[in-house]
Amino acid sequence: MDAIALIAPRAGRGLHRFANPGRFLRLAGAVQPWLTGSAIIVTAIGLYWALFISPADWQQGDAVRIMYVHVPAAWLASMGYAGLALCSLASIIWRHPLADLAAAEIGPVGAGFTALCLATGSLWGKPMWGAWWVWDARLTSVLVLFFLYLGHIALVRAFDEPQRGYRAGSILALVGVVNLPIIKFSVDWWNTLHQPATITLMGAPTMALTMLWPLLVCAIGFTLVFAALVVARTRAAVMERRIRALLMARSEASA
Amino acid sequence: MTRKGRRWAIVLVCGVGLGSATALSLLAFSSDMVFFVAPSDLAANGQPGRSLRLGGLVEAGSVHRVSEGGEPVAHFRVTDGKASVDVSYTGILPDLFREGQGVVTLGTLRPDGTFRASEVLAKHDETYMPKDVADALKKAGMWDPTKGPPPPAATWNAMATRTAG
Repeated sequence: MDAIALIAPRAGRGLHRFANPGRFLRLAGAVQPWLTGSAIIVTAIGLYWALFISPADWQQGDAVRIMYVHVPAAWLASMGYAGLALCSLASIIWRHPLADLAAAEIGPVGAGFTALCLATGSLWGKPMWGAWWVWDARLTSVLVLFFLYLGHIALVRAFDEPQRGYRAGSILALVGVVNLPIIKFSVDWWNTLHQPATITLMGAPTMALTMLWPLLVCAIGFTLVFAALVVARTRAAVMERRIRALLMARSEASA
Repeated sequence: MTRKGRRWAIVLVCGVGLGSATALSLLAFSSDMVFFVAPSDLAANGQPGRSLRLGGLVEAGSVHRVSEGGEPVAHFRVTDGKASVDVSYTGILPDLFREGQGVVTLGTLRPDGTFRASEVLAKHDETYMPKDVADALKKAGMWDPTKGPPPPAATWNAMATRTAG
């Protein structure tokens, strides 16, 4: 994606506002089929590999297969929020109209992935830990992330004038960024029931390679699904806004 | 300063302020953020009668399961390497419970220094390995699950490919 064109400073006035979304529509329209297709194929390969081919864990048995959905969903929940925060930054600093729309559309997708992470985590926790839910620092901070997503979804849609919603939403999103390092490091800073990270930037992953590869394929697949959903939703939002502008113009012309 | 520059400045100042405020509050509440206390904490300042969570590893060779009045009762010691506490629990233990496993138990410290648990949760570590690898490691004498964590993954990933090939 032409990131520089998307984030480049813009005056953001009059007809000029829609120049950039127009370029986005052309670009995204060309990318969308490939993005959606690869998302479906990679996720299908990853899930088949993870659920049927990869070995069971020596002590968790087949329950370990929940990991292949839970961990990518958790990564995407955090990364999606980081994307939401970047769009909000672009919205506040550059008043970028496309960033407003993208932020509003990332919210529901990110909330969906966070809900998936919480649900699979709960299903995994009951047989392994012996509890559906505990109030440890990791689980609580991810629940807070879920509420931040829900708050953002509600806030950007709560105003009659969309610009005010976008402004309020971007401030909420940027304030919520403090939660991201808390989620990441909660398992290192405090003792939690949730185990620390298996895959870290420094050091080798503490996981058999026969389990690591399907996990990585699933993570790439989930990332593509996330991107495909966000691009499709943002395209729809741009088109919706254009249609509304056309209808307004027509009703003004006939009046 | 341009309007854009001013907005950058506002965002950065707010970010630094919010970040340090959060960091300070987390530091202030860090003792309340922990999910469980270790046996050595309990030995240092444990008060009998208060409900708390005790966490650590199940000491190797300490598990005794008995039946008292038709109910399964488990006695085991929870250790953090520095201190250990006797724990008794009536009920069914989670599947992952074993010697050397991390556990978190909810209960109260009794005046005699033992811990009466009403709930036992198993805490699994961040290591994932297939059964055949675990068996091979145990057979080769490289790892005893009751004694501690497995050796680094690089060693057994190489071994797994050797045995497979």
